[in-house]
Amino acid sequence: MAERPIRVLVAKPGLDGHDRGAKVVARALRDAGMEVIYTGLRQTPEQIVSAAIQEDVDVVAMSILSGAHNHLFPKVVKLLKKENADDILVVGGGVIPEDDIPSLKEAGIKEIFTPGTPTTETIDFIKKNVKRK
Amino acid sequence: MELGERLIKGDKRACARLISLIENNDNRAIEVIKKHYNKTGNAHVIGITGPPGGGKSTLTDKLVKLLRKNDKKVGVIAVDPTSPFTGGSILGDRVRMSDLATDPGVFIRSMGTRGHLGGLSKATKGAVNILDIYGVDYIFIETVGVGQSEVDIVKSSDTVVMVMVPGLGDDIQAIKAGIMEIGDIFAVNKSDLDGADKTALELEMMLDFKKYDTWRPPVTKLSAVKNEGVNNLLDNIINHKEDMLKNENFKLRREKNAKLEILNLVEEELMEMVHKITDEHEGLDTIAKKVALRKSNPYTSRDEIIKLIKK
Repeated sequence: MAERPIRVLVAKPGLDGHDRGAKVVARALRDAGMEVIYTGLRQTPEQIVSAAIQEDVDVVAMSILSGAHNHLFPKVVKLLKKENADDILVVGGGVIPEDDIPSLKEAGIKEIFTPGTPTTETIDFIKKNVKRK
Repeated sequence: MELGERLIKGDKRACARLISLIENNDNRAIEVIKKHYNKTGNAHVIGITGPPGGGKSTLTDKLVKLLRKNDKKVGVIAVDPTSPFTGGSILGDRVRMSDLATDPGVFIRSMGTRGHLGGLSKATKGAVNILDIYGVDYIFIETVGVGQSEVDIVKSSDTVVMVMVPGLGDDIQAIKAGIMEIGDIFAVNKSDLDGADKTALELEMMLDFKKYDTWRPPVTKLSAVKNEGVNNLLDNIINHKEDMLKNENFKLRREKNAKLEILNLVEEELMEMVHKITDEHEGLDTIAKKVALRKSNPYTSRDEIIKLIKK
Protein backbone atom coordinates (compact mmCIF):
# COMPACT_ATOMS: atom_id res chain seq x y z
CA MET A 1 0.00 0.00 0.00
CA ALA A 2 1.21 3.52 -0.80
CA GLU A 3 2.42 5.56 2.15
CA ARG A 4 -0.30 7.78 3.54
CA PRO A 5 -0.03 11.50 2.76
CA ILE A 6 1.10 13.99 5.38
CA ARG A 7 -1.92 15.98 6.60
CA VAL A 8 -1.40 19.69 7.21
CA LEU A 9 -3.82 22.25 8.62
CA VAL A 10 -3.14 25.66 7.08
CA ALA A 11 -4.72 28.35 9.21
CA LYS A 12 -4.88 32.11 9.47
CA PRO A 13 -5.22 33.17 13.09
CA GLY A 14 -5.89 36.77 13.98
CA LEU A 15 -7.66 39.58 12.29
CA ASP A 16 -5.70 40.45 9.14
CA GLY A 17 -7.51 39.67 5.92
CA HIS A 18 -4.66 38.69 3.66
CA ASP A 19 -4.35 35.02 2.86
CA ARG A 20 -2.42 35.11 -0.41
CA GLY A 21 0.70 33.82 1.38
CA ALA A 22 -1.21 31.04 3.14
CA LYS A 23 -2.80 30.00 -0.15
CA VAL A 24 0.56 29.92 -1.96
CA VAL A 25 1.96 27.69 0.77
CA ALA A 26 -1.18 25.51 0.71
CA ARG A 27 -0.82 25.05 -3.03
CA ALA A 28 2.91 24.22 -2.73
CA LEU A 29 2.23 21.62 -0.05
CA ARG A 30 -0.50 20.12 -2.22
CA ASP A 31 1.94 19.84 -5.11
CA ALA A 32 4.37 18.13 -2.74
CA GLY A 33 1.75 15.39 -2.26
CA MET A 34 0.32 16.50 1.08
CA GLU A 35 -3.33 16.73 2.12
CA VAL A 36 -3.91 20.33 3.05
CA ILE A 37 -6.91 21.25 5.15
CA TYR A 38 -7.50 24.93 4.60
CA THR A 39 -9.59 26.69 7.22
CA GLY A 40 -9.79 30.25 5.96
CA LEU A 41 -9.39 33.65 7.56
CA ARG A 42 -9.77 34.95 11.12
CA GLN A 43 -9.54 31.74 13.07
CA THR A 44 -9.27 31.76 16.84
CA PRO A 45 -6.62 29.51 18.45
CA GLU A 46 -9.50 27.41 19.83
CA GLN A 47 -10.93 26.88 16.33
CA ILE A 48 -7.51 25.95 14.97
CA VAL A 49 -6.83 23.41 17.70
CA SER A 50 -10.30 21.92 17.48
CA ALA A 51 -9.96 21.51 13.70
CA ALA A 52 -6.45 20.04 14.06
CA ILE A 53 -7.79 17.39 16.44
CA GLN A 54 -10.82 16.42 14.35
CA GLU A 55 -8.73 16.29 11.19
CA ASP A 56 -5.97 14.29 12.97
CA VAL A 57 -3.29 16.34 11.23
CA ASP A 58 0.47 15.85 11.45
CA VAL A 59 1.24 19.56 11.05
CA VAL A 60 -0.36 22.91 11.90
CA ALA A 61 0.98 25.72 9.68
CA MET A 62 -0.12 29.25 10.55
CA SER A 63 0.35 32.59 8.85
CA ILE A 64 0.03 35.99 10.46
CA LEU A 65 0.61 39.44 9.00
CA SER A 66 -1.02 41.54 11.68
CA GLY A 67 1.67 41.48 14.33
CA ALA A 68 -0.24 39.34 16.81
CA HIS A 69 2.09 36.36 16.39
CA ASN A 70 3.67 36.63 19.85
CA HIS A 71 0.27 36.12 21.39
CA LEU A 72 -1.51 33.75 18.98
CA PHE A 73 1.21 31.27 17.94
CA PRO A 74 2.17 30.26 21.51
CA LYS A 75 -1.51 30.06 22.46
CA VAL A 76 -2.11 27.41 19.79
CA VAL A 77 0.86 25.39 21.07
CA LYS A 78 -0.46 25.69 24.62
CA LEU A 79 -3.96 24.55 23.67
CA LEU A 80 -2.58 21.60 21.69
CA LYS A 81 -0.59 20.55 24.75
CA LYS A 82 -3.73 20.79 26.86
CA GLU A 83 -5.41 18.33 24.47
CA ASN A 84 -2.40 16.00 24.63
CA ALA A 85 -1.78 16.75 20.99
CA ASP A 86 1.70 18.22 21.30
CA ASP A 87 3.02 15.57 18.92
CA ILE A 88 1.65 17.79 16.13
CA LEU A 89 4.38 19.83 14.43
CA VAL A 90 3.63 23.56 14.61
CA VAL A 91 5.21 26.02 12.19
CA GLY A 92 4.50 29.67 11.46
CA GLY A 93 5.01 32.22 8.75
CA GLY A 94 4.28 35.78 7.79
CA VAL A 95 5.71 39.17 8.59
CA ILE A 96 7.63 38.32 11.74
CA PRO A 97 10.56 40.40 13.04
CA GLU A 98 13.88 38.53 13.51
CA ASP A 99 13.93 39.54 17.17
CA ASP A 100 10.71 37.68 17.91
CA ILE A 101 11.79 34.36 16.41
CA PRO A 102 13.87 32.97 19.33
CA SER A 103 11.06 33.42 21.85
CA LEU A 104 8.51 31.89 19.46
CA LYS A 105 10.76 28.85 19.02
CA GLU A 106 11.14 28.61 22.76
CA ALA A 107 7.34 28.59 23.02
CA GLY A 108 7.21 25.49 20.82
CA ILE A 109 6.82 26.81 17.29
CA LYS A 110 9.35 24.62 15.56
CA GLU A 111 10.20 26.95 12.68
CA ILE A 112 9.28 30.40 11.39
CA PHE A 113 9.28 31.13 7.67
CA THR A 114 9.53 34.82 6.83
CA PRO A 115 8.74 36.49 3.49
CA GLY A 116 10.98 35.33 0.65
CA THR A 117 11.40 31.79 1.95
CA PRO A 118 11.27 29.39 -1.01
CA THR A 119 8.34 27.02 -0.59
CA THR A 120 10.74 24.10 -1.08
CA GLU A 121 12.39 25.01 2.21
CA THR A 122 9.08 24.77 4.05
CA ILE A 123 8.27 21.45 2.37
CA ASP A 124 11.67 19.99 3.25
CA PHE A 125 11.36 21.15 6.84
CA ILE A 126 7.95 19.53 7.23
CA LYS A 127 9.05 16.27 5.65
CA LYS A 128 12.11 16.08 7.89
CA ASN A 129 10.45 17.03 11.15
CA VAL A 130 6.97 15.54 11.01
CA LYS A 131 6.26 12.78 13.52
CA ARG A 132 4.35 10.02 11.76
CA LYS A 133 1.77 8.42 13.98
CA MET B 1 -7.97 2.62 27.30
CA GLU B 2 -8.15 1.18 23.82
CA LEU B 3 -9.39 3.25 20.88
CA GLY B 4 -12.72 1.40 20.53
CA GLU B 5 -13.65 1.96 24.19
CA ARG B 6 -12.72 5.62 23.93
CA LEU B 7 -14.78 5.91 20.75
CA ILE B 8 -18.01 4.66 22.32
CA LYS B 9 -17.43 7.07 25.20
CA GLY B 10 -17.47 9.89 22.64
CA ASP B 11 -13.75 10.73 22.66
CA LYS B 12 -13.02 13.08 19.74
CA ARG B 13 -9.35 12.22 19.43
CA ALA B 14 -10.10 8.51 19.28
CA CYS B 15 -12.70 9.17 16.60
CA ALA B 16 -10.23 11.26 14.58
CA ARG B 17 -7.47 8.66 14.95
CA LEU B 18 -9.76 5.82 13.88
CA ILE B 19 -10.88 7.69 10.77
CA SER B 20 -7.19 8.14 9.82
CA LEU B 21 -6.62 4.44 10.41
CA ILE B 22 -9.58 3.39 8.28
CA GLU B 23 -8.37 5.76 5.54
CA ASN B 24 -5.15 3.77 5.56
CA ASN B 25 -7.04 0.47 5.63
CA ASP B 26 -5.47 -0.30 9.00
CA ASN B 27 -6.63 -3.41 10.82
CA ARG B 28 -6.98 -1.65 14.16
CA ALA B 29 -9.87 0.43 12.79
CA ILE B 30 -11.41 -2.55 11.02
CA GLU B 31 -11.41 -4.51 14.30
CA VAL B 32 -13.17 -1.65 16.10
CA ILE B 33 -15.90 -1.53 13.42
CA LYS B 34 -16.29 -5.32 13.53
CA LYS B 35 -16.64 -5.31 17.30
CA HIS B 36 -19.07 -2.42 17.56
CA TYR B 37 -21.00 -2.73 14.30
CA ASN B 38 -24.15 -3.65 16.21
CA LYS B 39 -24.11 -0.13 17.66
CA THR B 40 -24.35 1.48 14.21
CA GLY B 41 -27.39 2.18 12.09
CA ASN B 42 -28.97 4.79 14.34
CA ALA B 43 -27.67 7.86 12.58
CA HIS B 44 -29.58 9.33 9.66
CA VAL B 45 -26.99 9.47 6.87
CA ILE B 46 -27.56 12.37 4.48
CA GLY B 47 -25.65 12.83 1.25
CA ILE B 48 -25.16 16.36 -0.05
CA THR B 49 -24.14 16.41 -3.68
CA GLY B 50 -24.14 18.79 -6.64
CA PRO B 51 -21.84 20.73 -8.97
CA PRO B 52 -18.65 22.50 -7.80
CA GLY B 53 -19.41 25.88 -6.28
CA GLY B 54 -23.09 25.05 -5.90
CA GLY B 55 -23.03 25.84 -2.19
CA LYS B 56 -22.87 22.36 -0.66
CA SER B 57 -20.57 23.35 2.21
CA THR B 58 -22.47 26.53 3.03
CA LEU B 59 -25.74 24.61 2.98
CA THR B 60 -24.31 21.84 5.17
CA ASP B 61 -23.14 24.48 7.64
CA LYS B 62 -26.65 25.93 7.86
CA LEU B 63 -28.35 22.52 8.18
CA VAL B 64 -25.99 21.50 10.97
CA LYS B 65 -26.69 24.74 12.84
CA LEU B 66 -30.45 24.08 12.66
CA LEU B 67 -30.00 20.58 14.06
CA ARG B 68 -27.77 21.90 16.82
CA LYS B 69 -30.63 24.12 17.99
CA ASN B 70 -32.43 20.88 18.85
CA ASP B 71 -29.30 19.60 20.55
CA LYS B 72 -28.69 16.83 18.03
CA LYS B 73 -25.13 15.54 17.66
CA VAL B 74 -23.86 15.82 14.10
CA GLY B 75 -20.97 14.42 12.10
CA VAL B 76 -19.82 15.82 8.77
CA ILE B 77 -17.57 14.11 6.23
CA ALA B 78 -16.48 16.52 3.52
CA VAL B 79 -14.78 15.04 0.49
CA ASP B 80 -12.60 17.00 -1.92
CA PRO B 81 -10.57 15.71 -4.87
CA THR B 82 -7.01 14.39 -4.64
CA SER B 83 -4.55 15.29 -7.40
CA PRO B 84 -4.08 12.35 -9.76
CA PHE B 85 -0.51 13.58 -10.38
CA THR B 86 0.96 14.32 -6.95
CA GLY B 87 -1.46 12.63 -4.55
CA GLY B 88 -1.85 15.95 -2.76
CA SER B 89 -5.08 17.84 -2.17
CA ILE B 90 -6.61 21.02 -0.87
CA LEU B 91 -9.49 20.19 1.45
CA GLY B 92 -11.35 23.47 1.74
CA ASP B 93 -14.85 22.66 2.90
CA ARG B 94 -14.12 23.76 6.46
CA VAL B 95 -13.82 27.37 5.28
CA ARG B 96 -17.63 27.54 5.15
CA MET B 97 -18.05 25.78 8.48
CA SER B 98 -15.70 27.78 10.73
CA ASP B 99 -18.31 28.50 13.39
CA LEU B 100 -18.88 24.80 13.92
CA ALA B 101 -15.22 24.03 14.68
CA THR B 102 -15.48 24.54 18.43
CA ASP B 103 -18.99 23.15 18.89
CA PRO B 104 -18.55 20.03 21.08
CA GLY B 105 -21.61 18.43 19.46
CA VAL B 106 -20.17 18.58 15.93
CA PHE B 107 -17.40 16.51 14.39
CA ILE B 108 -16.14 17.57 10.95
CA ARG B 109 -13.67 15.56 8.94
CA SER B 110 -12.22 16.42 5.53
CA MET B 111 -11.16 13.60 3.23
CA GLY B 112 -9.31 13.48 -0.09
CA THR B 113 -10.65 11.09 -2.71
CA ARG B 114 -7.19 9.47 -2.93
CA GLY B 115 -7.70 8.09 -6.40
CA HIS B 116 -11.25 6.87 -5.90
CA LEU B 117 -13.79 7.90 -8.53
CA GLY B 118 -17.50 8.29 -7.98
CA GLY B 119 -17.46 11.41 -5.82
CA LEU B 120 -16.40 9.87 -2.51
CA SER B 121 -13.21 8.35 -1.11
CA LYS B 122 -12.75 4.64 -0.60
CA ALA B 123 -12.88 5.04 3.16
CA THR B 124 -15.97 7.26 3.34
CA LYS B 125 -18.25 4.41 4.35
CA GLY B 126 -15.76 3.30 7.00
CA ALA B 127 -15.69 6.84 8.38
CA VAL B 128 -19.51 6.84 8.49
CA ASN B 129 -19.39 3.64 10.54
CA ILE B 130 -16.93 5.18 12.97
CA LEU B 131 -19.00 8.35 13.41
CA ASP B 132 -22.04 6.16 13.96
CA ILE B 133 -20.29 4.25 16.76
CA TYR B 134 -19.02 7.58 18.15
CA GLY B 135 -22.70 8.34 18.58
CA VAL B 136 -23.99 11.12 16.36
CA ASP B 137 -27.66 11.50 15.40
CA TYR B 138 -27.02 12.80 11.89
CA ILE B 139 -24.14 12.28 9.47
CA PHE B 140 -23.71 14.55 6.46
CA ILE B 141 -21.55 13.33 3.62
CA GLU B 142 -20.58 16.13 1.30
CA THR B 143 -19.32 14.79 -2.03
CA VAL B 144 -16.76 16.40 -4.30
CA GLY B 145 -18.31 18.75 -6.81
CA VAL B 146 -19.95 16.37 -9.24
CA GLY B 147 -20.51 16.32 -12.97
CA GLN B 148 -22.96 13.88 -14.46
CA SER B 149 -22.15 10.42 -13.24
CA GLU B 150 -20.63 10.48 -9.75
CA VAL B 151 -23.42 8.53 -8.11
CA ASP B 152 -21.59 6.71 -5.29
CA ILE B 153 -23.32 8.85 -2.70
CA VAL B 154 -26.61 7.05 -3.24
CA LYS B 155 -24.98 3.81 -2.07
CA SER B 156 -23.73 5.35 1.16
CA SER B 157 -26.67 7.38 2.40
CA ASP B 158 -30.30 7.16 3.50
CA THR B 159 -31.26 10.46 1.89
CA VAL B 160 -29.59 12.22 -1.04
CA VAL B 161 -29.94 15.97 -1.38
CA MET B 162 -29.09 17.17 -4.87
CA VAL B 163 -28.01 20.80 -4.73
CA MET B 164 -28.63 22.62 -8.02
CA VAL B 165 -28.02 26.21 -9.00
CA PRO B 166 -29.64 28.32 -11.73
CA GLY B 167 -27.98 28.73 -15.07
CA LEU B 168 -26.19 25.44 -15.57
CA GLY B 169 -28.10 24.22 -18.58
CA ASP B 170 -31.49 23.67 -20.05
CA ASP B 171 -34.12 20.99 -19.49
CA ILE B 172 -32.16 18.50 -21.61
CA GLN B 173 -29.59 18.36 -18.80
CA ALA B 174 -32.41 17.60 -16.41
CA ILE B 175 -33.65 14.55 -18.30
CA LYS B 176 -30.23 12.96 -18.76
CA ALA B 177 -29.43 9.73 -16.99
CA GLY B 178 -27.05 9.61 -14.05
CA ILE B 179 -26.82 12.17 -11.33
CA MET B 180 -30.32 13.58 -11.89
CA GLU B 181 -31.83 10.23 -11.00
CA ILE B 182 -30.35 9.88 -7.52
CA GLY B 183 -31.83 12.86 -5.69
CA ASP B 184 -34.41 12.12 -2.99
CA ILE B 185 -34.70 15.85 -2.51
CA PHE B 186 -33.74 18.65 -4.88
CA ALA B 187 -32.53 21.99 -3.57
CA VAL B 188 -32.25 24.97 -5.89
CA ASN B 189 -29.63 27.05 -4.11
CA LYS B 190 -28.77 30.70 -4.87
CA SER B 191 -32.46 31.18 -5.55
CA ASP B 192 -32.02 34.95 -5.51
CA LEU B 193 -30.27 34.65 -8.88
CA ASP B 194 -32.01 34.99 -12.23
CA GLY B 195 -33.36 31.74 -13.59
CA ALA B 196 -34.00 30.06 -10.23
CA ASP B 197 -37.73 29.73 -10.92
CA LYS B 198 -37.01 28.24 -14.34
CA THR B 199 -34.54 25.72 -12.89
CA ALA B 200 -37.05 24.71 -10.23
CA LEU B 201 -39.80 24.38 -12.82
CA GLU B 202 -37.65 22.23 -15.11
CA LEU B 203 -36.83 19.97 -12.18
CA GLU B 204 -40.52 19.64 -11.31
CA MET B 205 -41.30 18.72 -14.90
CA MET B 206 -38.48 16.19 -15.00
CA LEU B 207 -39.76 14.65 -11.77
CA ASP B 208 -43.37 14.55 -12.96
CA PHE B 209 -42.28 12.38 -15.85
CA LYS B 210 -42.15 9.43 -13.52
CA LYS B 211 -44.91 7.77 -11.45
CA TYR B 212 -44.32 7.45 -7.73
CA ASP B 213 -45.95 4.92 -5.43
CA THR B 214 -44.58 6.59 -2.36
CA TRP B 215 -42.05 9.42 -2.05
CA ARG B 216 -41.96 11.99 -4.82
CA PRO B 217 -38.75 14.08 -4.53
CA PRO B 218 -39.66 17.62 -3.52
CA VAL B 219 -37.95 20.68 -5.00
CA THR B 220 -36.96 23.36 -2.49
CA LYS B 221 -35.78 26.80 -3.47
CA LEU B 222 -33.39 28.34 -0.98
CA SER B 223 -30.43 30.60 -0.39
CA ALA B 224 -27.85 29.02 1.89
CA VAL B 225 -25.80 32.22 2.25
CA LYS B 226 -28.86 34.23 3.28
CA ASN B 227 -30.15 31.31 5.34
CA GLU B 228 -33.54 31.40 3.58
CA GLY B 229 -35.53 28.23 3.01
CA VAL B 230 -33.01 25.98 4.75
CA ASN B 231 -35.55 24.96 7.41
CA ASN B 232 -37.91 23.73 4.66
CA LEU B 233 -35.11 21.60 3.30
CA LEU B 234 -34.40 20.14 6.73
CA ASP B 235 -38.09 19.30 7.13
CA ASN B 236 -37.97 17.49 3.79
CA ILE B 237 -34.86 15.55 4.85
CA ILE B 238 -36.50 14.38 8.07
CA ASN B 239 -39.80 13.63 6.28
CA HIS B 240 -37.96 11.51 3.72
CA LYS B 241 -36.65 9.13 6.37
CA GLU B 242 -40.02 9.01 8.13
CA ASP B 243 -41.70 8.27 4.85
CA MET B 244 -39.32 5.39 4.14
CA LEU B 245 -39.91 4.02 7.64
CA LYS B 246 -43.66 3.93 7.01
CA ASN B 247 -43.17 1.21 4.43
CA GLU B 248 -40.47 -1.28 3.52
CA ASN B 249 -38.33 1.29 1.73
CA PHE B 250 -35.97 2.09 4.58
CA LYS B 251 -35.20 -1.56 5.17
CA LEU B 252 -34.79 -2.17 1.44
CA ARG B 253 -32.45 0.78 0.97
CA ARG B 254 -30.24 -0.29 3.85
CA GLU B 255 -30.13 -3.85 2.49
CA LYS B 256 -29.18 -2.63 -0.96
CA ASN B 257 -26.48 -0.37 0.48
CA ALA B 258 -25.11 -3.16 2.65
CA LYS B 259 -24.86 -5.39 -0.40
CA LEU B 260 -22.92 -2.74 -2.31
CA GLU B 261 -20.67 -2.10 0.68
CA ILE B 262 -19.78 -5.78 0.92
CA LEU B 263 -19.12 -6.01 -2.81
CA ASN B 264 -16.90 -2.91 -2.70
CA LEU B 265 -14.84 -4.36 0.13
CA VAL B 266 -14.47 -7.69 -1.67
CA GLU B 267 -13.46 -5.87 -4.84
CA GLU B 268 -10.78 -3.88 -3.01
CA GLU B 269 -9.40 -7.00 -1.39
CA LEU B 270 -9.32 -8.81 -4.74
CA MET B 271 -7.44 -5.92 -6.33
CA GLU B 272 -4.90 -6.07 -3.50
CA MET B 273 -4.49 -9.76 -4.27
CA VAL B 274 -4.00 -9.03 -7.95
CA HIS B 275 -1.20 -6.58 -7.21
CA LYS B 276 0.42 -8.89 -4.71
CA ILE B 277 0.31 -11.95 -6.91
CA THR B 278 1.52 -10.19 -10.07
CA ASP B 279 4.39 -8.68 -8.04
CA GLU B 280 5.37 -12.18 -7.00
CA HIS B 281 5.51 -13.22 -10.64
CA GLU B 282 6.61 -11.06 -13.54
CA GLY B 283 4.93 -7.86 -12.30
CA LEU B 284 2.07 -5.82 -13.71
CA ASP B 285 4.43 -3.42 -15.50
CA THR B 286 6.03 -6.25 -17.48
CA ILE B 287 2.65 -7.64 -18.45
CA ALA B 288 1.51 -4.15 -19.50
CA LYS B 289 4.66 -3.69 -21.59
CA LYS B 290 3.94 -6.89 -23.48
CA VAL B 291 0.38 -5.75 -24.19
CA ALA B 292 1.53 -2.31 -25.31
CA LEU B 293 4.00 -3.92 -27.76
CA ARG B 294 1.19 -6.20 -28.98
CA LYS B 295 3.11 -9.30 -27.87
CA SER B 296 0.10 -10.18 -25.75
CA ASN B 297 -3.40 -8.77 -25.37
CA PRO B 298 -5.42 -7.50 -22.40
CA TYR B 299 -7.80 -10.48 -22.37
CA THR B 300 -5.12 -13.19 -22.32
CA SER B 301 -3.31 -11.21 -19.60
CA ARG B 302 -6.49 -11.13 -17.57
CA ASP B 303 -6.96 -14.89 -17.91
CA GLU B 304 -3.37 -15.50 -16.82
CA ILE B 305 -3.74 -13.34 -13.72
CA ILE B 306 -7.03 -14.99 -12.77
CA LYS B 307 -5.38 -18.38 -13.19
CA LEU B 308 -2.66 -17.32 -10.73
CA ILE B 309 -5.24 -16.24 -8.16
CA LYS B 310 -7.25 -19.43 -8.46
CA LYS B 311 -4.20 -21.60 -7.83
